[in-house]
Amino acid sequence: MPKETVGSGARSGDVLLMVGTTKGAFLFTAAADRGSWRMDGPHFPGEEVYAMALDQRGGSPVLWAAPGNPFWGTTMRRSDDLGSSWSGKEERPVKFPEGSEFSLRRVWQIAPGPADDPDRIFLGVEPSCLFESRDGGDSFAPVRGFLEHEHREYWTPGNGGLCMHTIVQRPDDPDRILVAFSTGGVYVTTDGGESWAPSNRGVRAEFLPDKHPEFGQCVHKVVSHPDRPDRLFLQNHWGLYRSDDWAGSWEDIANGVPSDFGFAMAMHPRDPDTVYIVPLESDQFRCTPEAKLRVYRTTDAGASWEPLADGLPQQGAFETVLRDAMCTDGSEPAGVYFGTRSGSVYASADDGDSWSLVHDGLPPVVCVKAGVIA
Amino acid sequence: MSSDPTGAGVEARTTVILPGALRPLAGDRSTIVVEGEPRTVGALFASVRETHPAVWDRVFTEQGELRPHVNVFVGRDDIRWSGGLETPVSGGAEVTILPAVSGG
Repeated sequence: MPKETVGSGARSGDVLLMVGTTKGAFLFTAAADRGSWRMDGPHFPGEEVYAMALDQRGGSPVLWAAPGNPFWGTTMRRSDDLGSSWSGKEERPVKFPEGSEFSLRRVWQIAPGPADDPDRIFLGVEPSCLFESRDGGDSFAPVRGFLEHEHREYWTPGNGGLCMHTIVQRPDDPDRILVAFSTGGVYVTTDGGESWAPSNRGVRAEFLPDKHPEFGQCVHKVVSHPDRPDRLFLQNHWGLYRSDDWAGSWEDIANGVPSDFGFAMAMHPRDPDTVYIVPLESDQFRCTPEAKLRVYRTTDAGASWEPLADGLPQQGAFETVLRDAMCTDGSEPAGVYFGTRSGSVYASADDGDSWSLVHDGLPPVVCVKAGVIA
Repeated sequence: MSSDPTGAGVEARTTVILPGALRPLAGDRSTIVVEGEPRTVGALFASVRETHPAVWDRVFTEQGELRPHVNVFVGRDDIRWSGGLETPVSGGAEVTILPAVSGG
């Protein structure tokens, strides 16, 4: 049996790095300088953990995880002691309504809701749907406007399943939410979830005869900065895009990248012009180009991209970084983190300028989240 | 004991044998005993759902389908090959829930 976990041991001011894998979750803790990391885990051994979150809206940190057991289904777990213990309901709290034809396959995203409403939590799940809790995670219900969307019969699963992996909320208007899923593309609501409209103008679908359909794109990730909520960045299944009108239209920004295919994308915590990606060679060979593990960074909102390779393997590195396996923390300078399908986790403590290995030998990494403990 | 496969009029209890992973959801017991005369696996698990909803919740999806990597046996027979939820259950039968060998 795996060793007993003891919790992250994180204290106020520490950085907590949460890593979800296909066989459990791991917590890494570092002091503010992020000079060394202490690992704790596995949590939920044997269970896939595609979604984790650190929620500090209520005044004390809460860790969320959605472990999926290959036999017995997916549930929600929370920790109020930074990973020393986890609690959850015996009955799974995330279910589609009986008679809806749908059964939960996986939770892909846990998104704490508005800052001033700590009882509100969103989930992006497979098959694609947005779920919402209004009681701090005790119960979840599907957002009806999305569950019953007239396009649903046309949405088709990609290799990862019909997964809702992205939830973007506007800090200036809680009724405006953007979601993205594969395949279906980007949809937005302006009325708190009652109605949803596709917003994919300019985003191409290489795998369809019509390269620019209204919906049906295979979007892999969308990020936004709270200080500039109208601006969005999008990593597509072929394509890098920016929108300056909250998904009204999308502009190609694949300027100077070795490939515009990829999964992961992360927003700088303070600079709305700085974004990180990890390009992959192609949809036919989903590995880092030239066998070099390189993060690409733009600091001018996509006008140009620069490779970041200091400290990363530059020979024989056939790596894949999946759509939720990259993130930043709120530190100054920013911490940037990613995990690979081969089980390595890397960290930068200087905005991405240099990197170091946090840990290798983990199961395939599918989720990386980080934050500074308040 | 009667040879009647429906179990009508015979020992009116069925024992559901739980795998280790589900025992914490049943008070750390290894079995659930269902009194009465469930005539089918579906009826048996309807009773289990009433008394142990969390156990049912892990064996079946929210649409009432047996999870794809969970196997249920009546005696030694896998119900997937003997009628699914319509498989008859004899009085005194043992019904075993087991995780499948699938995995990676």
